[in-house]
Amino acid sequence: MRITARFKIARAELLNFNFDISAESITAIFGVSGCGKTSLLRAIAGLEKHAGSKLQVGNETWQDDNVFLAPHQRAIGYVFQESSLFEHLTVKENIEYGYKRTDEAARKFSLEKIISLLELQTLLNRKPTLLSGGERQRVAIARALAASPKLLLMDEPLSSLDQAKKDELLPYIENLNKEMNIPIIYVSHSNEEIARLADQLIFIEDAVVKASGPISELLTRSDLSLAHRRQAESLIFAEVETYDESFQLNYLSSDLGTFIVPGEKFHTGRKIRLRLAAQDISITLEAQKNTSILNIFPAIIDELHAEDKALLTVRLLINKFPVLAKITLKSADNLKLEKGKAVFAQIKSVAVLA
Amino acid sequence: MFSPADLTAFFLTLKLAFVTTLILLILGTPLAWFLARSRWRFKFFLEALVALPLVLPPTVLGFYLLLMLGNNGPLGYFMQSIGAEPLAFSFTGLVIGSVFYSIPFVVQPLQDAFNNIGQRPLEAAAMLGASPLDRFITVALPLARQGFLTATVLGFAHTLGEFGVVLMIGGNIPGETKVLSIAIYEHVEALEYANAHLLSASLVLLSFLMLIAVYALNGRFKVIRL
Repeated sequence: MRITARFKIARAELLNFNFDISAESITAIFGVSGCGKTSLLRAIAGLEKHAGSKLQVGNETWQDDNVFLAPHQRAIGYVFQESSLFEHLTVKENIEYGYKRTDEAARKFSLEKIISLLELQTLLNRKPTLLSGGERQRVAIARALAASPKLLLMDEPLSSLDQAKKDELLPYIENLNKEMNIPIIYVSHSNEEIARLADQLIFIEDAVVKASGPISELLTRSDLSLAHRRQAESLIFAEVETYDESFQLNYLSSDLGTFIVPGEKFHTGRKIRLRLAAQDISITLEAQKNTSILNIFPAIIDELHAEDKALLTVRLLINKFPVLAKITLKSADNLKLEKGKAVFAQIKSVAVLA
Repeated sequence: MFSPADLTAFFLTLKLAFVTTLILLILGTPLAWFLARSRWRFKFFLEALVALPLVLPPTVLGFYLLLMLGNNGPLGYFMQSIGAEPLAFSFTGLVIGSVFYSIPFVVQPLQDAFNNIGQRPLEAAAMLGASPLDRFITVALPLARQGFLTATVLGFAHTLGEFGVVLMIGGNIPGETKVLSIAIYEHVEALEYANAHLLSASLVLLSFLMLIAVYALNGRFKVIRL
């Protein structure tokens, strides 16, 4: 579903948010706190009206100079930062609220399916005040889904929860997209959440949408500040192939080639995201034989960017796939690195995301 | 116990309070909603107007109502021209007076209750496909139910104790305008202290019981603000 937007949001400075994305899976709106992420989400929902804006969702125009669809006329589910459940209704009545207001023909999911997906069976007759923070957000998600939205908007749904509750809720959100096949636009300022969930990014900086597109591409684009952060990273999509019982190693096929991840056996065929911190990647001129590092790939140097007088960001192409490495200027000088040079990338450690 | 005349006054008072509260709830709900939701610049003007009966001597309110409702007043003249009974010195006139007299006691708790709901539950309802009227009925009203309880009891109790306005526009026609407070006043004038006692004590008891009910059911409610 194509979403074309042009929002002019008048705040202390004028925010110009233009983007054109194909929202199929999870798209994250990413930017520092206060950059206008929530305003953008509210504008998409129609909760805020900004003159001169335009919004096209699929083949429907939701807003332009002549049209403004009221929030209740937009087929959108909205999960707020705090769950905002209806305190006077039970969990079940909360979930049914939007369901009852959806035409039978437009209903995409049964209540049973939603309730079981979010595992709310035992909570149905409770009032929201008796739920924990994580439970409340699960109910809020179920309630939004029950109205069969075409698009689900989530405004930092995990930010009010502690880490344990976050970890508990994340799999539900991942499943949502897979099981319900519903496009999600997700607002967050957490690197972890975004690396784990997002397939696409809408990256906001300096009051504009700097770029939008596939996350692994945006994270490694040298013209964006994302690649120049201290915690710059690359994201690799991989699939579990085999397991070496004797050494307890998982072999994964990825865009880069075969990846080896130590530890417990992953389910074969499972899709996994690998997060490579730029600081954990080093560069050698020859393939090291006598090293403890397992993941070594031939790479081509694509770009070099000095961050300061000591550090350098190197954009490598491994199997044509971009990966960032952070090294010292001195090392770059020693190795005489330059664009187009063939090298080897050694990946010291990797974070496995669901 | 009560003399037949006192009983009549007692039931007339209850009837007046009931009718007044009902009208105030019907008219006050949209007004309170508007005051709670609107971002109109001159909203404070309306709020001050609503609060006015709190500070005005009831006789002042009654005096102007008398001018409005009397045969020479605009409303009185209008009633005459359509061949209806004049409003001054009638039960209907009393109801009109009481509505003005008790307006802040109903509108302010409702406005507070609507304010306390906040924007969020209504936005959530909108995103679930509820139209503005739908979300008012299914979300705002139930969430403001404590405010309605407060408004109902305060409006009712305050109307029970009305004196000055009635004195000005009602007089003391038994069964029509002679309410409890007037009856008490007359007993005192006639030095019938025992009768005055009985009526006064029952009014105290009734009002106290209603307020106890409100405070017991509403932990955190504000009676009135200025």
